[in-house]
Amino acid sequence: MTTETLIWLIPLPPILAFFLIVLFTNRSKALSHTIAIGAALLSWAGSMVVFWRAINTPELGKNPILSPYKWLPIGDGWFNIGVQIDPLSAVTLFFVAWTILMIFIYSVGYQNYGQPEGDHDRPGLPPHGATVTDASGHHHQVPSVEPMYSRFFAFIGLFAFGMYTLVVSDNLLTLFVGWEIMGLCSYLLIGFWYGKPSARVAMIKAFMTTRVGDVFMLLGIAYLYAQTGTLNYRAILYNEETLHTLASTPSGFLGMSTAGLIGLLLFIGAVGKSAQWPLHVWLPDAMEGPTPVSAMIHAATMVSAGVYMSIRVFPLLSAGMHEGGQLTSAMMVMAFIGAFTALFSATIAVAQNDIKRVLAYSTISQLGYMIAALGIGAYVAAAFHLITHAFFKALLFLGSGSVIHGMEHGVLHTGDHIDPQDMFNMGGLRKKMPLTFWTFLIGGFALSGFPLITAGFWSKDEILADAFGHGHWAVFITLAVAALLTAFYTMRQITLTFLGEPRTKAAHHAQETTWTMTLSLVVLAFFAITAGWAGIPEHFPVIGGLVPNWFHEFVGSTLLEHPEGVEFSIWPLLTSLVVALGGLALGWYVYRDIRAEAPDPVEKALGPVHKVLKNKYYFDELYDFLFIKPAFWFAETFTSAWMDRGVIDGFLHRVAQAVGILGNFLRNKIDKRIINEWFGDGIGNSIRQVGQDLRPIQTGKIQQYMMFGLSVLAFSALFFYFFVMRPF
Amino acid sequence: MDFISSHLLTLILFSPVFAAAIIFIIPREQENLIRWSALVLSCIPLALTISLWFGFDRSLEGFQYQEMAVWYSAINSSYHIGVDGISLTMVLLTAILTPLSILASFSIKDRVKSYMILFFLLEMGMLGVFLALDLLIFFVFWEFGLIPMYFLINQWGSEKGEREIWGGRKIPARTYASFKFMIYTMAGSLGLLLAIQLIGVVSGTFDLPELYKIWPMLEKPLLGLPVSTVKSIAFWAFTLAFAIKVPVWPFHTWLPDAHTEAPTAGSMILAGVLLKLGAYGFLRFVLPLYPAESNYFAGALGFLAVMAIIFGAFASYGQSDFKRLVAYSSVNHMGFVVLGIAAAAHSVGSENANIAMNGAVLQMFNHGLSAAGMFFLVGVIYERTHTRNLNDFGGLFPLIPVYGGILMFTSMASLGLPGLNGFVSEFLVVRGSWPVFTVYTALAMIGLLFTGAYILRGIKQVLHGPLNEQWVGHLSEINTREILVMAPLMVLMLWIGVWPAWILDVINRAVAMLF
Repeated sequence: MTTETLIWLIPLPPILAFFLIVLFTNRSKALSHTIAIGAALLSWAGSMVVFWRAINTPELGKNPILSPYKWLPIGDGWFNIGVQIDPLSAVTLFFVAWTILMIFIYSVGYQNYGQPEGDHDRPGLPPHGATVTDASGHHHQVPSVEPMYSRFFAFIGLFAFGMYTLVVSDNLLTLFVGWEIMGLCSYLLIGFWYGKPSARVAMIKAFMTTRVGDVFMLLGIAYLYAQTGTLNYRAILYNEETLHTLASTPSGFLGMSTAGLIGLLLFIGAVGKSAQWPLHVWLPDAMEGPTPVSAMIHAATMVSAGVYMSIRVFPLLSAGMHEGGQLTSAMMVMAFIGAFTALFSATIAVAQNDIKRVLAYSTISQLGYMIAALGIGAYVAAAFHLITHAFFKALLFLGSGSVIHGMEHGVLHTGDHIDPQDMFNMGGLRKKMPLTFWTFLIGGFALSGFPLITAGFWSKDEILADAFGHGHWAVFITLAVAALLTAFYTMRQITLTFLGEPRTKAAHHAQETTWTMTLSLVVLAFFAITAGWAGIPEHFPVIGGLVPNWFHEFVGSTLLEHPEGVEFSIWPLLTSLVVALGGLALGWYVYRDIRAEAPDPVEKALGPVHKVLKNKYYFDELYDFLFIKPAFWFAETFTSAWMDRGVIDGFLHRVAQAVGILGNFLRNKIDKRIINEWFGDGIGNSIRQVGQDLRPIQTGKIQQYMMFGLSVLAFSALFFYFFVMRPF
Repeated sequence: MDFISSHLLTLILFSPVFAAAIIFIIPREQENLIRWSALVLSCIPLALTISLWFGFDRSLEGFQYQEMAVWYSAINSSYHIGVDGISLTMVLLTAILTPLSILASFSIKDRVKSYMILFFLLEMGMLGVFLALDLLIFFVFWEFGLIPMYFLINQWGSEKGEREIWGGRKIPARTYASFKFMIYTMAGSLGLLLAIQLIGVVSGTFDLPELYKIWPMLEKPLLGLPVSTVKSIAFWAFTLAFAIKVPVWPFHTWLPDAHTEAPTAGSMILAGVLLKLGAYGFLRFVLPLYPAESNYFAGALGFLAVMAIIFGAFASYGQSDFKRLVAYSSVNHMGFVVLGIAAAAHSVGSENANIAMNGAVLQMFNHGLSAAGMFFLVGVIYERTHTRNLNDFGGLFPLIPVYGGILMFTSMASLGLPGLNGFVSEFLVVRGSWPVFTVYTALAMIGLLFTGAYILRGIKQVLHGPLNEQWVGHLSEINTREILVMAPLMVLMLWIGVWPAWILDVINRAVAMLF
């Protein structure tokens, strides 16, 4: 099969699985997950073949694998869509395929396949557990299977379709199609347990917040299309002439060039999708969804799509900038938003107790890293961090899901109604769940940037080195502080969850999860370490140059001008080491000995600041006050009641009433009075009156009639004689 | 066969009358026979339209399958009908929606015979508007369509509900709605009739293809007024009539009332086809006959369109009546049609105009599908629960999973999710109007954002959240007949979303030749 055909085929199996499950197999759990995982496996295999062929294609950056197809007839020509694999999409395809497949497999265990049906479970609510009786007649509470098991696999199948479509697209329009389909799936899966009011709110919040970004992105796409007549990457982003034209045409908006404004509009889409400040509020709430969803959609793939798109349109964002020169205004906006978000959400993560929420804020923070990296022009570093992050963050989320699962087991076993996601209810899980512990540790260290071994170190270090090397001090310092906080809250999480002694009975009875879940953890842990080795800088002390910096060479060739690697400097490396190790050590030191019911030491230390952090700087409350309530008032009261019913209908009613009054006037005053009474009735009455007046002469006496007749005759004769004949 | 192919349009146009005649002779007690005959008979225009679709040569310019017969020779008006790519899509939409609406009406219990007869007459009126190539004939059909619709709302509309008018007086809501619909449209038609007569008097013909040639060039003053004034007056008379029908903000308030009170199938046709008559009027008459005036006033029309998009979305978001929510969504979606038309009028001949116009026509078709689907789904749940108040539902998904899935799908099409039909047309409109009306297009995004808000609010209140225990055991799943109504609509939504070229090619060629 040709590579082009294969690329076309990659997104198809998951969408077929979606339709098959929805239409036919939704009653059979086994069949449904077999179809879904089979589809994911097919797409994975296809992706691996394509990836292999791609990295063996010489000069892939200059000659990507392309296959366009006519889609929309416009005027005399066609709008083409198509697939393409260039270095950037090849490496993206690689991590997407792996994480998606792993998460599909993990979901089987997570949704309790093979467990009995729940006692009171119903669709729309998480399974509550089932009672089983063992051989000796004892009743046990065990986890029960998800009632909407098949539906879950259908939805994640649709999601996988969206993500693959986005990655293999050769143009912004089909990228947007995949983007929005993922948005829908994110909505559906956050609200997978739609019976919970909190999930119902979270799903809408996620969809609407990202939609704010999406409408800007749509404008950006329309703008770009209007300016260039195409949306194809090759035709715009790898075309110096087009880029130059776009960069030199003023947009008439705040002195930005057309390229900059389009780039910024597109970037706002990424702000929504990748949950950057100020559109970050949806992602923590998205943790309402099942954990595989959090791992796949809200950590590894969909939220990465925003960064992927920004990396993709980087030539547009940076158009007009020369190597080492002044950043474009669009890039400055990105650098600011990214760095600010990285620090801002890292501070929030410190004060969260829910194991998944910590990870959610950490995701926002890491995505901020990538955006900031792009903002300072560190193209390859951003892409590198995108990939390593996808692996270790998916691993962490799946690990947290495994922890929650183990805890739920304990909760059901003991019957204590405690929150299985609160880290202060855990502790000592390393002995109960060793595999989960070790893989989580790897993921956590990768996130913290633990030196040399983990992938996160290499990618984070590259970003810091780039910021340092190009003298972006503000970004460098902000990111370094954020890295310190990251290491701190990660170690806090690991310590609270796994180390020490169990703080509750439930934690004491926690259990390692099934192989379907732990298998995925192991595979992702492998990549959380090795993915970093693909991009070791050549000038790194001792080990630099042992393996070639393949990643830089390969992904860098996506750009028209191959970006230069930064000069090696010891300072950013030292900073990296200090913040990572320091943060980890501090985290361990502060939380090493937390007893049951003990308060958070950081809470004491920070005082009121902690409350602000815990409440996420009150952004939810602020947005509710500023946007949501006014919007609803505007809709319900202003538009619907006041304007439509009051003003417009009121005006129509007034007109109708005036016509009615006029009609009544015509009827009562003119028709009735004048025409009927005066004219119509008047004539009748007067004729009757005349008749009545004449009645006396109708006496019935023939002589009188004769006299009357003769008188008339005589008068007539006289009249005739005098007036007609006129004898005189 | 020869007769059929040479009189195909006449057959399409009057086969509904034939159907009505057949229904007329069936005894009124035979309700099931009436229903099934109506369904079968309504497939005749559909079958003929499909053969028309395949017989239509999309590469030819001008009107095809034209028929001409003497009608009113004293004033040079003739029975002249024909199709081009734009009217063809609209005829197809009408022919598809009518059988589905009739199938949707199987649950009507009251005076089935009269209902079905009125429905066929309605179809004839709508088809006539799309096929007519003579202004007077057009006007006849335009007015004719009102009457069956009036009775459908007035007699078969929802029985509950009252509307306060003035001075504390209350009248039944369906009486109010049917009157408002009738009087409002008639008010618009008055000017339309006068303007048509004016054109007839000045140019001596009502024949559209001829008028295309002579009317825009006309230089002859009338009644002592300069020709530009005359044309401006006539332009506004046309525009007002069509703007009320579309409806363009602020002439839209008849729509939520009429849509909400009409019987389910009536709402399907109202939203699906009747609103398109107005937009079609713009495309067929206003733009070609008044290119200069359209160009001059396009900005104003674009402004009103954006107001419709924004306020339609907001008003929809503010409703607590499910059907009213869907009704207002039509104002929002038709706003995009008008925005596209306005942008095209403002930039005639450019690529932007072509794209905007493609988007507008496709959006007409798409809105026909999704609005009809949404109204039907509201009807399905109303028939079971006898309430449309969103606060009375809640958490119904576990009780009616299939219905829930279909509602979700249709809602997403209405929301404009990429991959489904609405996105393609909205994207084309946005793309076409961005360079022409940049600020308006940017403002329209507020409407697009709130399209999401109201759609999700509808889903949230009906399907999601804690289950309202009141309905357990009282709410039955959507049945096969109802699924059969939705299935063709859903297939079309997906098909157009994934591969729009089959229909857009016809539209694109027609648009390219016309403008």
